[in-house]
Amino acid sequence: MIVANKGKIKTMAENLSESGPGRSLWKDARMRFIQNKAATISLFILLSIVLFSFIGPYFAVWSYEQIDWNAMGSAARVGMPSIESGHYFGTDDLGRDLYSRVIQGTQISLMVGVLGATVAVIVGTLYGATSGYLGGKTDQIMMRIVDILMSIPYMFVLILLLVVFGRSIGMLFIGIGLLSWLDMSRIVRGQTLNLKNKEFIEAARVTGVSDFKIITRHIVPNLLGIVAVYATLLVPGIILAESFISFLGLGVQEPSTSWGALIKEGAGTISYDTEWQLLFPLAFFVVSLFCFYFIGDGLRDALDPKER
Amino acid sequence: MNNQPILEVKNLKVNFDVSSEGDMPWTKAKKLQAVNDISFSLSAGETLGVVGESGCGKSTLARAIVKMVPAEAGEVIWLGNDLLGLSHSETRPYRKQIQMIFQDPLASLNPRMNIGEIIAEPLRTHYPKTPEADVQARVIDVMNKVGLLDNLMNRYPHEFSGGQCQRIGIARALILKPKLIICDEPVSALDVSIQAQVVNLLMDLQEEMKLALIFIAHDLSVVKHISTKIMVLYLGNMVELAKSDDIYKSPSHPYTQALISAVPIPDPNVEKNKDLILIEGDLPSPINPPSGCVFRTRCQKAQEVCALEKPEFKGIAQDHSVACHFHD
Repeated sequence: MIVANKGKIKTMAENLSESGPGRSLWKDARMRFIQNKAATISLFILLSIVLFSFIGPYFAVWSYEQIDWNAMGSAARVGMPSIESGHYFGTDDLGRDLYSRVIQGTQISLMVGVLGATVAVIVGTLYGATSGYLGGKTDQIMMRIVDILMSIPYMFVLILLLVVFGRSIGMLFIGIGLLSWLDMSRIVRGQTLNLKNKEFIEAARVTGVSDFKIITRHIVPNLLGIVAVYATLLVPGIILAESFISFLGLGVQEPSTSWGALIKEGAGTISYDTEWQLLFPLAFFVVSLFCFYFIGDGLRDALDPKER
Repeated sequence: MNNQPILEVKNLKVNFDVSSEGDMPWTKAKKLQAVNDISFSLSAGETLGVVGESGCGKSTLARAIVKMVPAEAGEVIWLGNDLLGLSHSETRPYRKQIQMIFQDPLASLNPRMNIGEIIAEPLRTHYPKTPEADVQARVIDVMNKVGLLDNLMNRYPHEFSGGQCQRIGIARALILKPKLIICDEPVSALDVSIQAQVVNLLMDLQEEMKLALIFIAHDLSVVKHISTKIMVLYLGNMVELAKSDDIYKSPSHPYTQALISAVPIPDPNVEKNKDLILIEGDLPSPINPPSGCVFRTRCQKAQEVCALEKPEFKGIAQDHSVACHFHD
């Protein structure tokens, strides 16, 4: 039998490794993400859009609710995009400045998406992790509740909610937030079930670590990867849902606006030679959604390289 | 050596409920006997080797001792206290005296924690008020003990080889200075030269710290090297328990004889000429074990009485017990 020679191992190890911080899985993931060009560029573009929505108003000549009486009713002739008139993106049919309105729409749409996804992630993660870790009957009941909620046609309920309780951003949040955590909780529960039987969880239990510490220290950090990926893919989903509702005319209320509402207005007037009314909000909408999906993809590849 | 046993297991039984597909909710689940009537005792500084083929209840036995799976009946007496009767919180103080090492070295380490955190976790759990400097010192001390460099403390499990990961697992088990370490196939996932290193490390540590070990494995040569006593399990039942040397020199149960004859000998001439006792057939289902002696379906010596009567587990020599009607 080979006898372990401690001295020899020591020198061997010393040759192999200098002291210093190791590469954590997060660092590895960051490196892989940066190597993914599409994702990095998307992140850059998305950050520019966010930055633009905050800095943009300082360059605006018109506010988003101010009406340019000259352009009102004759947007096709007077309201075209021009630097001289101060309407960089042109005006809408009522003579309101589209530049300011797109900025406002960007803020609202991104806020709805990010806040909605945050609510969904928090509720979904807690619900799913609890259900998965406790297991047994509790798990059965909690997951059947999710099944029942999932079987409700969600767009229909959302529309009903908005019609019955009136249109408001708050109602929209509740409606979207209430239903978008369902998928999240299922994903998290599946991952938790998978993690629960890993040997390092067992090792912690044998040592006598409490259930609460096991969930916070061992289960949640190992879930974060998948949660982060799903969250970035959830944001565009919620933006789309909000846009769809706004497109139906049930979303945010005038004079506030969102991408969906702007696109709807632009689409309505497309036959009057005012294509900028559609194209500007649509460009922001499409580019942002692309960015979110690319980032989500990049994150997924970065966080679990084995799955590729 | 102090011969007072620190751990005594008496008539331990573990059953699992198995519900097959298509069962109605009110159908009674079938019982799977994973561990049946196992008794042994262990003193400080001793090593009990547990061998048997896959699915014979080795790991379940280990998990029942640390209460990771509920036992159906029996006693696990640790320094005079029956652990099975204690509640969850009452068990906690004992957890620092019994630690465990796992089969898959990498899977037993949390990938999101660095080595220092992993090794310190038992210490931080049981002595949360330890000053940070003391924790660091203890971690460094125990890392040196298992042959790891302390400057690797900030690294993450995936940066280590299997053998190093197993050393980290051992360091984590040692930090609380336990009295017993249960090793659940600690070397099965490692290659042979690393196996030797890890086994020798465990033996050195055992001598240094007067540890008791329960060493589970399916590789008989490894078990022989490390164990003072060996227990052979078949289908959750003890078939033979004896001192390590006795079991090799005079195996009494037909199953043990077959197992030992299957150990390869590193000499081609001897290996070619030795009598290999082959066991026919498969392991019977533990849900529906054979009547009488559990081994009778595959035993060459089986006779009528084997099906009718379960052989008693009785001593045939000093420190040598066997469960067979026709033992040698």
